[in-house]
Amino acid sequence: MKPIEAIRIAWEAIAKNKIRSFLTMLGIIIGVAAVIIMVGISAGTEAAIQEQITSLGSNLVFVQSSFTRGRPGQGPQSGGLVFDDSTAIQDEVEGVTAVVVEQYSSETVRVGDVTLEEVEILGTTTGFPSVRDIDIAEGRYFYDLEIERKQKVAVLGSSLAKELFNNESPIGKYITVGSTKLTVIGVLKEKGMVGNTDYDSRVYLPISVVFQKFTPSFFARIMGDSVRMIYVELDEDANLDSVITQIELLLAKRHGVSLEEADFTVTTQQDIIETQESTTAAFRSLLAWVAGVSLIVGGIGIMNIMLVSVTERTREIGIRQAVGATPNDIRIQFLTEALLLSIVGGLIGIVLGVGGAYIFSAFSGMRTVIMVHSILLAFGSAAIVGAFFGYYPANQAAQLDPIDALRYE
Amino acid sequence: MMSARKIIETIDIRKIYGMGEVSVAALDGVSIDIEEGEFVAIMGPSGSGKSTLMHILGCLSRPTSGQYLLDGEDVSRLNKVELAAIRNRKLGFIFQSYNLLTRTTALRNVTLPMVYDRTKEFTPEESDEKASRILEHVGLGERAHHQPHELSGGQQQRVAIARALVNDPVLLIADEPTGNLDSQSGEEIMTLLHRLHQEGATIVMVTHDSEISAHTQRTIHLLDGRVETVVKNGKKKPGKEKVEK
Repeated sequence: MKPIEAIRIAWEAIAKNKIRSFLTMLGIIIGVAAVIIMVGISAGTEAAIQEQITSLGSNLVFVQSSFTRGRPGQGPQSGGLVFDDSTAIQDEVEGVTAVVVEQYSSETVRVGDVTLEEVEILGTTTGFPSVRDIDIAEGRYFYDLEIERKQKVAVLGSSLAKELFNNESPIGKYITVGSTKLTVIGVLKEKGMVGNTDYDSRVYLPISVVFQKFTPSFFARIMGDSVRMIYVELDEDANLDSVITQIELLLAKRHGVSLEEADFTVTTQQDIIETQESTTAAFRSLLAWVAGVSLIVGGIGIMNIMLVSVTERTREIGIRQAVGATPNDIRIQFLTEALLLSIVGGLIGIVLGVGGAYIFSAFSGMRTVIMVHSILLAFGSAAIVGAFFGYYPANQAAQLDPIDALRYE
Repeated sequence: MMSARKIIETIDIRKIYGMGEVSVAALDGVSIDIEEGEFVAIMGPSGSGKSTLMHILGCLSRPTSGQYLLDGEDVSRLNKVELAAIRNRKLGFIFQSYNLLTRTTALRNVTLPMVYDRTKEFTPEESDEKASRILEHVGLGERAHHQPHELSGGQQQRVAIARALVNDPVLLIADEPTGNLDSQSGEEIMTLLHRLHQEGATIVMVTHDSEISAHTQRTIHLLDGRVETVVKNGKKKPGKEKVEK
C-alpha cells in the first residue's frame, strides 16, 4: 500500500465521523493551544520585565535594608540604612559617579478641591532622574541646595499632575501634602509601570523634606535618617565586584556588623534579571508541564477512540484482509489515522494557540511572545503522542484473524 | 475431459482445532482436484467442514497437515503476509453477506484489491477505469458512484463479484452467494456466475442448497471432514449449452 493511499483511507475514515473525530482531536487541540499560549504569556511577561529592568538605567547597584539578619533594637546594631551611608559611599567608594537615595511615605495630597488619598511620596536626591532614566517634561528637578535647605518644592509624576491640575501647567502652583504646602517646580515625563511601581503617580520631594515632615523619628537624632534604598551609579570602567565589596565593607563597618550578619543587601541589575529569569523559567516549565499533561490526556483520548474504532471496523478489517491487506497494511492504516488525527488536531491547536495568544494580549494588555520553538515542541509532541497512543490499537487491528474478523457482526 | 491445468490440488488436508484430547478434526484428510475453467460446488451439512475447507482453499487459514497446491504453487506453509499476497493476486471472494465497505462507493469497493497489489502500479485513473469496466461487465455501469446502502442486495452482490474479478484471479470462491437474496436476484447472480464461467472463470461455490449446486458441473459432498461423494451434475463444458433450471 502506498503511503498516499494510507493517508487517503485514513482521511476518509476521519471525514466519515466528523463529530467524533473532532472530539477525539479536542484533547490535542487544547493541549497544543495551551502550550503555545502558556509559553507565550510567560515569555511575554519575562521580556517585558527584562525591558523594564534595563530601562531603569545601566551600571546600577542597589543597596537595600534587610531586616532578616539585622535585628533592630538589639545591641549596637543600627536600624538599617541611613542617609549618611549614602554620603559615605559617595565619598569613600572608588568608581562611583552618583549616589541617589530614596525614602517613601504615603500622604493625602490636595489642590483646591481635589483631594487624593494615599499618594506615594518619594524623597530623593538630585541624581534621581538621571540614574532612573526619567526625563523632565516641564520645569526642573530640585537642586542640591534645595535639599540642603529643606526647600518646600515638589516634582510631580505625569499622571498625578494631570489628576491634580487637568491640563493646566502646575509649575509655580501650590500643592498640600499632608499638612505641608509645597511649590510645584517640575513635572516628569511619562514612564509607566516598572515592576509594581507606577512612576507617574508619585510626588517627588527633596529627601530632607521627607525626613523632616513625613518620616520623623526619635532614632533619627541618634542614628541618622533611615532610607529605604540607595542607588549607586558606577563609572563606566569601574569594576563591579570591587565596588560591591567596597560598599559591603564600608556599610558593615559603619553599622558595626560582620558581613555574615549584614543588615543590608547589595544587588546588581544582573542579579535582579537573573532572579527574574529563574522565577519565570520555573513558572514557564510548570506551565509547559501542565500543558504537556493535557497533551497526554489527548493522546489517551485518541487511543480510546482508536480502540473503539478498531472494534467497530473489525468487519472492514476482515474485508481488507480477504482482498489482500497484510497485517502491516492494516497497522499502517490505523496508525496513519491516529497520526492524522493528532497532526490535524495539532495544526488546529497551533492556529487557536497563536490566535488565542493575540486575543489574550489584546484583552489583558499583557504581552505575549509566540515562541517558534514552543510551536514546534507542541506540534512535535502531538505527533509523537499520536504515534505512541495509536500504535497499540493499530497493532490490535493488525493481529486480527481474517476469518474471525469477517464473521464479526 | 481434456486434461487441463489444475487450479486446486489438495493432498490429504487435515485441519485440527484444539490440542490433545479435546482436539477436533474439522477436516480429516481431504484430497480434491479442480481444473481450470471448472465450476464446482462444495456441499455438506453444518459441521461437515465445508467452511473450514473454504477458508483453506481461500488462503484465509492453513491446513494443520497435508498439501494445498494453488495454481501449481504450494501455499500450505506460507506465512500471513505471503497468504495475503496470494489472496490478493490469485483469489476473488464472493460472500453471502456481500462484505462491501459501507459508506464507500461501488467503484471504491471494486478498486480495493488494487490498493493492496504490490506487483502492479496503477495510477488512480487506471484503477478507476478498470473498475468501471468490470462494473459495466457485471451490469452495474451506471451505479458506480452509489454507496452500498443505495443498492439492492442483488446489486451489492454484483459489486462484490466485480471486486472479486478486479485483480484477474485464477479462482473465484463463492460462499453461499445467493444465501441473502430473494429467488429472483439469486437467479440473476447465478446467471452472472454462469456467464463468468463460460468466459473461462474457475469457480468454487460453497452451498447447502442442492438446487443451486445443480447449476454446477460437479458437486463435492463433505461429511464429517471427509469427501463423501463427488457427483457430476451432467453439465457440459462451458459454452456448449444453455443453463437449465
